[in-house]
Amino acid sequence: MTTTTVAAPPMTNTLTAGKLPKATPWLLLVGSWIVMGVIFGLLMMAGVTADFNIVGTIFFGTVLFVIVLTVVSRLYEGVRRSKDRMVTSLVSLAFIIALLPLISLLFTTIVNGAHRFDLTFFTYTMRNIVGEGGGGLHAIMGTLQITGWATLISVPIGLLTAIYLVEYGRGTFARAITFLVDVMTGIPSIVAGLFAFAFFALLTGVAGIRFGFGGAVALSILMIPVVVRSTEEMLKLVPNELREASFALGVPKWLTIVKVVLPTSIAGITTGVMLAIARVIGETAPLLIIAGFTQSMNYNMFNERVMTLPVFVYTQYANPGSDAQAYLDRAWTGALTLILIVMLLNLAARVIARIFSPKLGR
Amino acid sequence: MTTAPPKPVDAKPPVPAAAPERIKAKQRPGDVIFSTSTIVAGGLILAILALVALFLIVQSIPAFVADPAEIKGSPSSFWAYVAPLVGGTIWAAFLALLMAVPVAIGIALFISHYAPRRLAAGLGYVVDLLAAVPSVVFGLWGITVLAPFVQPFYSTVVDIFGWIPILAGPVSGTGRTILTVAIVLAVMILPIITALSREVFLQTPRLHEEAALALGATRWEMIQMAVLPFGRPGIISASMLGLGRALGETMAVAMVLSVSGGFSFDLLKSTNPSTIAANIALNFPEAHGVGVNVLIASGLILFVITLIVNSIARYIINRRKAFSGAN
Repeated sequence: MTTTTVAAPPMTNTLTAGKLPKATPWLLLVGSWIVMGVIFGLLMMAGVTADFNIVGTIFFGTVLFVIVLTVVSRLYEGVRRSKDRMVTSLVSLAFIIALLPLISLLFTTIVNGAHRFDLTFFTYTMRNIVGEGGGGLHAIMGTLQITGWATLISVPIGLLTAIYLVEYGRGTFARAITFLVDVMTGIPSIVAGLFAFAFFALLTGVAGIRFGFGGAVALSILMIPVVVRSTEEMLKLVPNELREASFALGVPKWLTIVKVVLPTSIAGITTGVMLAIARVIGETAPLLIIAGFTQSMNYNMFNERVMTLPVFVYTQYANPGSDAQAYLDRAWTGALTLILIVMLLNLAARVIARIFSPKLGR
Repeated sequence: MTTAPPKPVDAKPPVPAAAPERIKAKQRPGDVIFSTSTIVAGGLILAILALVALFLIVQSIPAFVADPAEIKGSPSSFWAYVAPLVGGTIWAAFLALLMAVPVAIGIALFISHYAPRRLAAGLGYVVDLLAAVPSVVFGLWGITVLAPFVQPFYSTVVDIFGWIPILAGPVSGTGRTILTVAIVLAVMILPIITALSREVFLQTPRLHEEAALALGATRWEMIQMAVLPFGRPGIISASMLGLGRALGETMAVAMVLSVSGGFSFDLLKSTNPSTIAANIALNFPEAHGVGVNVLIASGLILFVITLIVNSIARYIINRRKAFSGAN
């Protein structure tokens, strides 16, 4: 190991005795990566692996680093410090482990999705398309409509429930609602889809019912608790002095809420709603069950199947035609579009929160 | 407008508890309409949950009384059909939890106690990005990137450790085994466990930490003595919430797992048990007649399992909140 020599400087100053120089961990880390890089480079040249394994280099290099650092620290600093250093590097390693799938996932989606990220994809449906060409316009429209309906259902219910919990609710009923909202957060998405199916199948008497509005109902079951939770947090942040000042001026309670409390917290509420939309827009399972899938555009939410973007990705992958690669490319482009929509929603939500949030007295 | 200023209902009366009679605010029509509509909205939540349970039960009854021969694969009874699925669901979620919890605690500690203050918020956001990725994209990634990536490791493991029962061969040629699914699930539940644990770790009393450091503890010893004991209930409930998420995850499992009937603990073979959610998603589009009811009944079982897990988690969180003084 070439790097271990760096770790052992001559100890002349007694005050720094038993302590590794500050740069040691970083040098060891780079050293371990280089060692692993050389090993994997040799493997590549020997023909064991087809191309240079960058993921393996960094991962195993880091593992090597943790071991070497612990041993070196144990020799120079003793057991307690070496344990501390080991945990520090392990904790940082945990963070890197979490980043690996994220980077890999974004990278593959962008690379594979870029093939078909063209005008055709955003202007064509899959009607009468076999093999290449075609696009996901019908899926994008379906997603926008179903999510729009879900938002229309969930926001009033969620907002009013949150107002009830913060401004009016006392006692058992409020506690029960708080608990049930928490429980509702944990409903598996597929169960929400099954419920919407069971509900509308019994209501309409159609055995195999599939339509867009049912998907919106299923999504709102997933969306309402998120809206309630975030709105509740935001309403709690409104200073009580504002309410009391309003009451002191003789303003009725409901007007105080509408004219004082809500305008103060509207930025936070908007952020919460957008994050809730971002959460449900990628849901696949409930829409697969109640909205179904189709190859054509359908603007009517109350009749016939509606395609949505996540289901589009799934069906393109799961039911490829004769030219499987064309279907896979469309699936990846759909995934890329979906991720872009979700990320944009997230980003916009955070920007709104940052710019428009009320400046609380400090 | 009346001359007397109305008193707010919930303003604290300045007089002690022995006050004669509480002055009530005047109820205007607007007040009544508004407060009633908020109560109705709250009640709707109760109604929705009750409806979910009711309709799932009503639609499940045909499955419980149906002739087992009509169920797909003609098992001996409905329960024989659903038992391997329940087993697979719990096994996959358990494996995911086993991998996700240590990593999540590590990340949470990294963000709360190790990373530079200025970076911490940004790093937290990066982990939250993982939560923003739709599950169907995770499925696509799992099957095209992760499964081929881990397959060589699996064959090596089977060659070396094949004598351990759950690691026994023959190894799956595609890598689409329950262990791969568990890895994908672990990545998916990381953000929720991390976010909750991070919140709890940040609430550790500052004085406890400083006392430990003042006694000469290293940073790890401080965390061991002050942060982890304080955060244990939080970690447990965060893990339970992650478990609830993993139990109900559908698309990633449906896409990645190569399924065969029955249940086994084998991690690396190509014969894997399915999960309830994945089984519903895969079979629902073609189901008809009593098959639909069977799938809804299995969904009801999933609903009950996640309900129990989530309730326990929430109970632990709420109990802790009551005496922590944080609220």
